[in-house]
Amino acid sequence: MNEQETLPDGLVVVVKRDCATCAMVAPLLSDLGAAVYTQDDPTFPEGVAAIHDHDLEVSWHHDIETVPTLIKVEGGVEVERTVGWVRDEWRRLTGNPQLGDELPAFRPGCGSLSVDPDRVDALRARFSGDILKARRLELAELDDEMELLFDRGFTDGLPVMPPTAERVLRMLQGTKRAPDEVVAVVAPDLVELTVEKAAINAVMAGCKPEYLPWVLAAIEAVCSDEFNIHGVLATTMPVGPVIVCNGPGTRAIGMNSGVNAMGQGNRANLTIGRAVQLIIRNVGGGRPGEVDRATHGNPGKLSFCFAEREDDSPFTSLAVSRGCSPADNAVTVFAGEGPRCIVDQKVRTAEELANVFAACLRTLHNPKLVYGFDAILVIGPEHAHVCAEASWDRERLLAEIHQRLQLAGADLVWGAGGIADGVPEQFRDATLPKFRADGILLVHAGGSAGLFSAMIGGWVNGEMGSQPVTRLVAE
Amino acid sequence: MTRELLDPTSERSPLKRERLARPASLSGQVVGLLDIHKPRGDIFLDQLEVLLADAGAKVRRYQKPTFTKPAPVDLRHEIATQCTLVIEALAD
Repeated sequence: MNEQETLPDGLVVVVKRDCATCAMVAPLLSDLGAAVYTQDDPTFPEGVAAIHDHDLEVSWHHDIETVPTLIKVEGGVEVERTVGWVRDEWRRLTGNPQLGDELPAFRPGCGSLSVDPDRVDALRARFSGDILKARRLELAELDDEMELLFDRGFTDGLPVMPPTAERVLRMLQGTKRAPDEVVAVVAPDLVELTVEKAAINAVMAGCKPEYLPWVLAAIEAVCSDEFNIHGVLATTMPVGPVIVCNGPGTRAIGMNSGVNAMGQGNRANLTIGRAVQLIIRNVGGGRPGEVDRATHGNPGKLSFCFAEREDDSPFTSLAVSRGCSPADNAVTVFAGEGPRCIVDQKVRTAEELANVFAACLRTLHNPKLVYGFDAILVIGPEHAHVCAEASWDRERLLAEIHQRLQLAGADLVWGAGGIADGVPEQFRDATLPKFRADGILLVHAGGSAGLFSAMIGGWVNGEMGSQPVTRLVAE
Repeated sequence: MTRELLDPTSERSPLKRERLARPASLSGQVVGLLDIHKPRGDIFLDQLEVLLADAGAKVRRYQKPTFTKPAPVDLRHEIATQCTLVIEALAD
């Protein structure tokens, strides 16, 4: 601590004029022998040689949240404090049993200027900014910061929020993890990602601080060996990380799991997914046309993130089916393409529903390609209701779909049906499953109206490709 | 007050962007000469054209509508797609 930050021994009071409680106690202060710091008006309190905490440095460093605050200091160290006016506390700390006889026993204080929402970001940057280690980009006087970020290649093609120290420090308030903690090693450049770099990209994506733990969990999952983001980038297929969020925290941060869950309009959904992609681009170096070799790509590579609709789901959630508890906050990442709608507005029985799901899922990528690709089946609430009526749970529905997707090898071999691709001739007499046993990930999401579901096709599964990965969200 | 942003990258590349390497030879290069439309700029560029042609370069001439404004986007695109090098000149 420097000299300014150390409080003098004895009693210290922090006040501001714009506070009725401070004004009420002001007449007492001249007789206390206390060092008085005033935040707003150097002439306040009258009759006291107050120290003007003009830049709020003292208030900031001593965590003053309320004025008045009375602090007792011994040997340069705070030993006790009371906030607002609590007469008994003030009497005890000052040792004056008659103090404030004419005043009420209790009055709450007011907010300290050092925690004023309009000032706190600048104060944090000024007094705590040295925790940020990232290189600084200086802007010339006439630079347009938005254009500079485009010119430097830092964006995904859309404007980004300029990552100032104030914004990044505010973002870091969203996690208890240290800014220099390494979260993951990001391919393709295999660079260590710190919490700070993740926060910078989360700012650019438009995240709120409370989204940051979700971004960190998702990028950890994406950078795992099983998920294999290097391969997901490098493939010519149109896949990117699809992020499914589960747990009560999805509601707390305002994620959308209902109407238009996979579409536009929800800040948490859009910016969490976008932050992950910006980290891959900026920290990992994964850029289209370089390591990213997608033939077509898909719009979800800007961001593809949504929450499961858990409250009225007849199914256990995706995260619970993958080993989490219902109270956990978790993300599951899946290397997926864009969603495709499954329409059946006449369906009334669970068997009919399994039939149409199987028929549509069979066409994934190519009706004759089997076993090599997983899929997310996003079941809409009205379709899910059909299952609930029949008392079909997650396991039953998936078992019924898998049963309908045991395919005759003769229909799948190269050239069969006039379609070149498929499986080698040696499988002509075999029965082959369209999906591996855990190859369909069921998620309940969407608006209440519409007998629709959606399927999201995956990239090559297994050890050579990408496995879905679930990670808990840490504070 | 200096405005600063935090670098979102791995910081493997230098902050200052590197200039392109100079070509080893002018032979075979297509050099655009952009006249910014100030008086007598053409006289200077005529001389440059002779020198460049002697060095084996092919020269294409362009002119901005006015020196007071940046080159129009179409002109920039034309130069970028037709030339391998460009020389922009000239003040008085």
